[in-house]
Amino acid sequence: MTLRGAAWALLAILPGGCAGAQNALGGEGAEGSNFVQLFTVFMIVCAVMYVLITAGLLIALWRRRQPLTVEDRRHHETSSAIRPALIGWTALVVAGLTALTVASFFTDRSNAANSASPKLSLTVTANQWWWDVEYQSADASRTVHTANEIHLPVGVPAQVTLKSNDVIHSLWIPNLAGKQDLIPGRVTDIQFVPRKTGNYRGQCAEFCGIQHTLMALDVTVESKADFQRWYEAQLKPAPPPATPQQLAGYRYFATRECSSCHNIGGTPASGQIAPDLTHFASRRSIAAGTLPMTRANLARWVADPQAVKKGNNMPTIGMTDAEVDSVVSYLETLK
Amino acid sequence: MTTAADKAKAPPIDVPRDGPDLTGPKLEKMLDKTWASPPGFIGWLSSVDHKDIGRRYIVTALVFLALAGLLAAAMRLQLSRPGNNFISPARYNEIFTMHGTTMMFLFAVPVMQGVQIFLTPLMIGTRATAFPRLNAFSYWTYLAGGCLLWVAFLLNIGPDIGWFSYPPLSGPQYGIGKRADIWAQMVTFTEIAALAAAVSLVATILKQRAPGMTLARMPLFVWATLVTSLMVIFSMPSVALASSMLLSDRLVGTQFYNPAENGDALLWQHLFWFFGHPEVYIIFLPATGFISEIVATFSRRSIVHYPIVVLSLVGTGILAFGLWVHHMFATGLPRVGYSFFTAASIAVSVPTGLQIFCWIATLWEGRPRMQVPLLYVVGFIFTFVIGGLSGVMIAAVPLDLQLHDTYFIVAHFHYVLIGGAVFPLLGAITYWYPKFTGRMMSEGLGKVSFWMIFLGFQLAFFPMHIAGLYGMPRRVYTYPAGMGLELPNLLSSIGSAVVALSVLLFVINMVKSALAGDRADSNPWDAPSLEWAAASPPPRYNFAHIPVVDSRTPLWDAGETISVVHGLRVDDRELLLTSVMSAEPDVREPSAEPSPWPLIAALALTVMFVGSIFSPWAVLFGAIPVSIALIAWFWPKSPTPHPEPTIA
Repeated sequence: MTLRGAAWALLAILPGGCAGAQNALGGEGAEGSNFVQLFTVFMIVCAVMYVLITAGLLIALWRRRQPLTVEDRRHHETSSAIRPALIGWTALVVAGLTALTVASFFTDRSNAANSASPKLSLTVTANQWWWDVEYQSADASRTVHTANEIHLPVGVPAQVTLKSNDVIHSLWIPNLAGKQDLIPGRVTDIQFVPRKTGNYRGQCAEFCGIQHTLMALDVTVESKADFQRWYEAQLKPAPPPATPQQLAGYRYFATRECSSCHNIGGTPASGQIAPDLTHFASRRSIAAGTLPMTRANLARWVADPQAVKKGNNMPTIGMTDAEVDSVVSYLETLK
Repeated sequence: MTTAADKAKAPPIDVPRDGPDLTGPKLEKMLDKTWASPPGFIGWLSSVDHKDIGRRYIVTALVFLALAGLLAAAMRLQLSRPGNNFISPARYNEIFTMHGTTMMFLFAVPVMQGVQIFLTPLMIGTRATAFPRLNAFSYWTYLAGGCLLWVAFLLNIGPDIGWFSYPPLSGPQYGIGKRADIWAQMVTFTEIAALAAAVSLVATILKQRAPGMTLARMPLFVWATLVTSLMVIFSMPSVALASSMLLSDRLVGTQFYNPAENGDALLWQHLFWFFGHPEVYIIFLPATGFISEIVATFSRRSIVHYPIVVLSLVGTGILAFGLWVHHMFATGLPRVGYSFFTAASIAVSVPTGLQIFCWIATLWEGRPRMQVPLLYVVGFIFTFVIGGLSGVMIAAVPLDLQLHDTYFIVAHFHYVLIGGAVFPLLGAITYWYPKFTGRMMSEGLGKVSFWMIFLGFQLAFFPMHIAGLYGMPRRVYTYPAGMGLELPNLLSSIGSAVVALSVLLFVINMVKSALAGDRADSNPWDAPSLEWAAASPPPRYNFAHIPVVDSRTPLWDAGETISVVHGLRVDDRELLLTSVMSAEPDVREPSAEPSPWPLIAALALTVMFVGSIFSPWAVLFGAIPVSIALIAWFWPKSPTPHPEPTIA
């Protein structure tokens, strides 16, 4: 895409970030690609303005000057070219800004039109410092509840209802679209029209307290078939523990502090104030994008969440190494 | 020149007045005695001299700049590589809150007001500001607010909610401890200080201009001061209200911002940004005033199209009140409303574009002298225009929804505030340094620190645009590796170190020059405006005789000596008031004597405000000492009758 190429050139690109999973210049959603186009238009107009102004300044400073003839008027004489230059400059500025305003207006309309007929609706509820995600379905038994991840089928317009349980947050998945605040006491919404499959990353963009930094989410844009497979898998209850170690972990989870906050579908663990863990192990990361999902990271997190994500609401409860091992073994089965 | 005062037929003999018979060293000696502050430390605390107050404001604000700059350096150290553990999350949140709060409330606005308080009476040819005690009170209140914030920070009870403190995060439920209360009360202190200074400046400008200085002959810096002071008066009550409502939510259980009780979290954002956006121009417009003065002096000609610059200032001041929603594009307000605020936000760049044209045209028509103040003007244009253009970008809703609350915004407002206000300020300090201290700053050191800060700034802040586009939100204490953020952040950290060094060099230059710089005569730059008619530094009474003005550039046009009016009392503090539009002599007005009561009133107010963080009863009982201090402050002196000269 030539416009996008121009944007990169104008930015005097730094190496390294081209394939970012959290990149406003990615343009992998309808609104994201509108952003890239409009940004490029603005960059071109602004670059021209900048060159004009700074060139004018430099010439003004170093142009050759006629010797003064009339000493008395040295402080006030103004040459006749200034007035037409002023009129021309004003016309140019007004025309350029009007063009940009109109371009912005039509892009905004285009973004609004993108979401005209949503085929998928979900609700994202922000909490200090994680995301609760629920896919609505007309059939209540087909409602999927997950956390800190969003799966979207490519090409399908999705309507996302946004709520907050505590303070103001902002959902930002730059590759797909701009951001939208989640405000307690209000319901807001955002639309995604993903156009390219891939793994992206979103992050909270409104300062929301001590762990604002570690409040991310994983976004997977996949084919409709893959999305359907994922959706069906999410509908299933958690598998029962298979080994003695997993069973020990399961018992620990169900009887100790864990289950008072977390829900695992199909088990007695039914807490509602922390992320739903029914298919936890199928996610890409732990603790709202804090750590990649590996066994070692999981053990670190379970053993001492306050060391990994200081100030978050999951307490460090002083588990033995064996308890940590067994709980991790059980959590790993929650595919 | 004959004026009403001149026409006094027979000046009463018992009251000495300046005039042809009373002039020269004898007059200066008497005026010096009349306008001196009392001796000793109490006298120092009692001073109502606008030059003392202005200098104190500037020095205090520069101390806060240094403190907030140290915090910035700590943040850049933390962000220099991904996953760094140099600063803990909680501490980092306090640090960025303190950095922003200090820079906006304790540095940027106060330093501009300090310069305005110092220069305005000199530029318009009067001996004092209107309400000099209110000015002293303003400074002490500001100092108390700044101390409250920084003492709290050092005691580890400083705010940690960001400089705009959105509820519910700052509300009673999530903002635990006293951190948010301290922030809100610090805002109240600084708002009172800013309002007091603004009221005094507006009255000074409208009523105390030298005879003949019509509105159309006012120096452009004075115009900028008038516009910003009026903006302060219209915008600050909004944030004072907002912060008082926040305090009462936290202290006495009102629910203004609590959605669970039918309050509204967004109410705060409207009230805050109705102040917060004009505040940016309250910082920026005085800087354009500096630029206009420096450009005229160093091009050795008057500003081209002066009326357009004035109209740009006024237009910006009005438009600034119609933009606040562009801080809230992501909150989900109706789209039609957004289009209006986009158009208004883009339109505000038109007057600024016109001002830039006028400055460049003035340089074009003039004969520029490349000295340090003009270098800062060049640095300003190269830097500020980038910030202005990125501002046009984020005025567009589709762009803002991506760029809002990212490092692109961090880059944008540092280009606007450092490029647009700090560069002009450093130029202004260099330019008016002889007026502040009587000595010139070193040109060589000045050039070195200019190039260091100019280049270091670009290195520190340009990469932030890219970090923002690559997905880095603002107010994060770290970022993951592999998103392309390592290099931009490392460059920013290196650049910020260069900026820190250059500021240090600037301060060294200031100190060294204050102690041993070349002595300056009254007009070392061959500048056109009245402050350069007073000695460097000006005497207590500024001008032995009040000058008379008949052009915009009096010192260039007046020839050998500037005309003056006679007839002000010498044995008592007296000012000449003139009419608002045409500056015709109107009445003589006594000016307040030095007094310790503004300081005592500010202290009593401090006790009340700090107490009210802990108990609502403090408002009731704390009001008693405040009332006593105010009564003492305004206690009338027994009138000493003096026959006034008859005006023919």
